[in-house]
Amino acid sequence: MSTSPTEISSTDQSPLTPARTGHLVRFDRVGRAVHWVNALLFIVLIATGAALYFTPLIALVGRRRLIEQIHLYSGLALPLPLLAGLAGNWGRALRRDAGRINRWSEADLAWLRGLIDGSLDEPGARAPRLGKFNPGQKLNAAFVVGAGLVMLGTGALLRWYQPFPLAWRSGATFVHNWLAVLIFVTVTGHIGFALSHPEALRGMLTGRVSRAWAARHAPAWLEGRDD
Amino acid sequence: MQSGPVKQADPQVEPGPAPVDERALASGTPTTATNERWSRPIGRRTVLTVLGLGALGTLFGSSVQSGITGALDAVHAQGVASLLPGGGGFTIYTVTGGYPAAPVDYRLQVGGLVQKPLALSVSDLRHLPATYLTSDFQCVTGWFVPNVHWVGVRLVDLAAHAGALPQATAFEFRSFDGIYTESLTLAQARQSGAIVAYSMLGAPVTREHGGPVRLFVPDMFGYKSIKWLERIDLVTRPTPGYWEQNGYPINAWISGHPPARAVRA
Repeated sequence: MSTSPTEISSTDQSPLTPARTGHLVRFDRVGRAVHWVNALLFIVLIATGAALYFTPLIALVGRRRLIEQIHLYSGLALPLPLLAGLAGNWGRALRRDAGRINRWSEADLAWLRGLIDGSLDEPGARAPRLGKFNPGQKLNAAFVVGAGLVMLGTGALLRWYQPFPLAWRSGATFVHNWLAVLIFVTVTGHIGFALSHPEALRGMLTGRVSRAWAARHAPAWLEGRDD
Repeated sequence: MQSGPVKQADPQVEPGPAPVDERALASGTPTTATNERWSRPIGRRTVLTVLGLGALGTLFGSSVQSGITGALDAVHAQGVASLLPGGGGFTIYTVTGGYPAAPVDYRLQVGGLVQKPLALSVSDLRHLPATYLTSDFQCVTGWFVPNVHWVGVRLVDLAAHAGALPQATAFEFRSFDGIYTESLTLAQARQSGAIVAYSMLGAPVTREHGGPVRLFVPDMFGYKSIKWLERIDLVTRPTPGYWEQNGYPINAWISGHPPARAVRA
């Protein structure tokens, strides 16, 4: 089994791709499909959540029962794309990425330390040799998984509240509302980073990144030494 | 998944010095100074931390929050929603396409099993004996607004004013939003001290909050306190209201039963 990223070659599915383009597969179709279905669900959840919560939006949209139902079923559906993507034969690349996101290297810790104390930007500083995902991406992914599960749990408690004490419902409302704000901030940051890093965004749109990009941002991945 | 000693060891590897490295070194596997230790499961720890905080927040969020917001009595120790942005503590629901506007020349109709049907303007209501209440507004889903001031006319007084017939045992309420309905038994109205409110939070009831006239039922969840109140009918038996038909419990007492100090009339 190859340990380095898949080279785009004549065996690639696209007949238009020249034998050697200097591009690598960063995300396969399964990974991209999971990402974009998730993106759609997040947009629906954020939009309907806001329309259930903010008075000016409620004044515009109203229809609480309908909006609640859309919000509820989108929320219940949220784990499904990822679970479906991870399961089965088709999920190999995604499972491997999940492993990469889970585990941190010395380089990751050094990168994070450098980011915090500013030494990353110092002239002549030796950049830590990161893998496929940088620590920010790893933290973001792990936070979103944990936060998604908490939103699912508190949301289910709020929908099927009858067995639970009122204090739990209040606590669940508290957690659900404030975590929604944090998730909104995180998602906004995620989109901001994507828009300010076009090649990384292209990696999620087309699945491919250039060899030069990988050498700069994910050298250990390029060398097949990142998991 | 990739093979190799590092990967195989992963599920068992916990924080601390990684035996993986020594094995890799001992076996002569080339390593670099920066990236050989891939065994710290910080992603998993992050997920578990967020889950733990979420669970703690659910179990104790309300009391933590009430500790911050100040002294609230033990029964209602949840002040969380009031700190969230927007709505002044209320999440202001509507089941139609927005907050409905009152009809011009608004009148509250009181009819059904009565000797003398009423059509009351807000000014008419203000000329009836007023009841002042300070009571929490508690949503069934958990959020609540403490110490809301209410002014209005007691429901049982209104029924007496209209001359409720002996066979009347319940109220049915209709909103001019065209959809929302609610009901209360006469006994519940007495026990709760429910009022037809024209003032709330120290001012006339606003459009969002159900103005010009809404119901407020103390000690019951908020969905009983129908907004944009248009019509009250005295009937022989209560009909489940809008949210009750959509799954909310018919028994809306916050504590599950009428409060001990109940009989106010």
